[in-house]
Amino acid sequence: MSEGRHTQRGGGWLGAYVIAYLVFLYLPVLLIPLFSFNNSIQAAFPLQGFTLQWYATLFGNSALTSALLNSLIIGVIAATGATLCGITVSYMDLYGRSPLAATISAIARLPILIPGVIVGISLLILVNLIGLGPSRIAIVLGHILVALPTTVVIMRSRFAAIPKTIREAALDLGASDWTTFRRVMLPLSLPAIVSAFMLAFLISFDEFIVVFFLAGTEPTLPLYIWSQLRFPRSLPTVMALGTTILAVSFVIAAAAEILRHRGLSATAPADPSQPKQTKRGELQWHST
Amino acid sequence: MSTIVATPAPEARSSSGFRFAMLLPGALVTLLLILFALGLVLFLAFRTNDGSLLGASFSLANFVTVVSDPLYWTVTLRSLVIAALVTLATVVTAYPVAYYLAFHAGRRRGLLLFLVTLPFWTSYLLRVFAWKIVLAYNGVLNSALIESGIWSEPTLAFLNTPAAVVVTLAHAYAPFAILPIYVALDTIPKSLTEAASDLGARPFTSFRRVVLPNSMPGVLAAALVVFVPTVGDYVTPALVGGPASTMIGTLIQAQFGKANDWPFGAALSVAVMLVILCVVLVARFADSRFGSRT
Repeated sequence: MSEGRHTQRGGGWLGAYVIAYLVFLYLPVLLIPLFSFNNSIQAAFPLQGFTLQWYATLFGNSALTSALLNSLIIGVIAATGATLCGITVSYMDLYGRSPLAATISAIARLPILIPGVIVGISLLILVNLIGLGPSRIAIVLGHILVALPTTVVIMRSRFAAIPKTIREAALDLGASDWTTFRRVMLPLSLPAIVSAFMLAFLISFDEFIVVFFLAGTEPTLPLYIWSQLRFPRSLPTVMALGTTILAVSFVIAAAAEILRHRGLSATAPADPSQPKQTKRGELQWHST
Repeated sequence: MSTIVATPAPEARSSSGFRFAMLLPGALVTLLLILFALGLVLFLAFRTNDGSLLGASFSLANFVTVVSDPLYWTVTLRSLVIAALVTLATVVTAYPVAYYLAFHAGRRRGLLLFLVTLPFWTSYLLRVFAWKIVLAYNGVLNSALIESGIWSEPTLAFLNTPAAVVVTLAHAYAPFAILPIYVALDTIPKSLTEAASDLGARPFTSFRRVVLPNSMPGVLAAALVVFVPTVGDYVTPALVGGPASTMIGTLIQAQFGKANDWPFGAALSVAVMLVILCVVLVARFADSRFGSRT
């Protein structure tokens, strides 16, 4: 059929376009690792030879180490909070049968429609009002908020993919709500929980726009990078640090992505595309 | 709780303790961190600045300044134009990728979706920083052009221009646009395109009259998730934009930093949220015009 031939031909052209698009997507980012091994202060061609000296400068840098520790602590606490909220909000949204639960779920996804700068300043006013001031706790609160839409959307799609009959069977057999949630629904969604936690951690670990307003005297890693960008001499160190961060981010994101789809085929057969729509960028366009 | 529906379904047995515990974390975060915090911004926007946290007295002066000072019109307009260009560029370049993923990718679909979404989870600051080293005077692009003999002198024309801001933001937010469009395309029933070709429509006609209109909800969702963060961005203008690319986010940030006029910064934020609200309403209207399938 001519239809089929067209599809093939169109696919070929499109395939080339997709490759070009991916190159555009990755090339600028891959320049950071490339020049982090370059034996020159400046990120410019021609390359001056291979060196690991910029990586060596990362060690024994106490400001960097404390920023890293700070980011790790904040990331773990914020990811725990965001995942906990994501689980409860989406569970109640799906099974709570109350307008309140549905409203909370809708508001929890609202930060997608608020620019980061406004999230940052609104929390800055809030933490000053309640007496916390810019601090680690303030950053944790901010990052719970920034990661919340992601964890809600991931957990919601996972809970929705678990056949209703499983939960109903547990309830019919006399399990309480709490037992059903803890012994049936949580184990079935464990891969998604781990995935949501990892992605929330990454969001917190890389977040800059909101943390800029909420940090007190202890900067996070992105704030440390920002403070170094003013000094041309420290650019190679930033690139070495950036390469390390990118590598770790890629590994965590890949692991989260694999986990998110694990076991899904057992509960939702032949539907690999469905959970894909549940990214940070997803809008609940038709929710009202 | 009064919201429990009295039906014989299992939910009727919900213990109120369980419901309370499950609703509490979400309620705290959404009520305190989102609604109350945004309420504070709105409150502060109507206050005069006396250096104290909540201002001295009620006043409309902040909004009068926002509306009457041409500086804010210029910067707001510039932010809107930059965000619109970024949104247009992102959505138009993402559409063919989403189309390929939905209709042609076959077994490579999973891998491609993964590759397209991976940059999502990498540091935004590093992605912007990458463009700074690409566009700098003694940076990657200039040196590559000189090395290859196309250019003889490095040019200052790349960095610190609004164009640099548009390119950098379009790159930083590119992955946001693909997924909503892909989902919209992927959920178009095959029977629609089959019916179109059975009724004699050529492939292009079928695309223009069937596929494109049916994917518009995804396109509009993509446009929104790109537009919202870009219109309020202050990092990219600061790193690659230069003074000619000051955006509204930059001004808000300055009010809470150097300028130290929080009520005025709050008023600017309210203005930005109103602009975004208008854009959302227009998008919703357009969405209903195109007719949602789901």
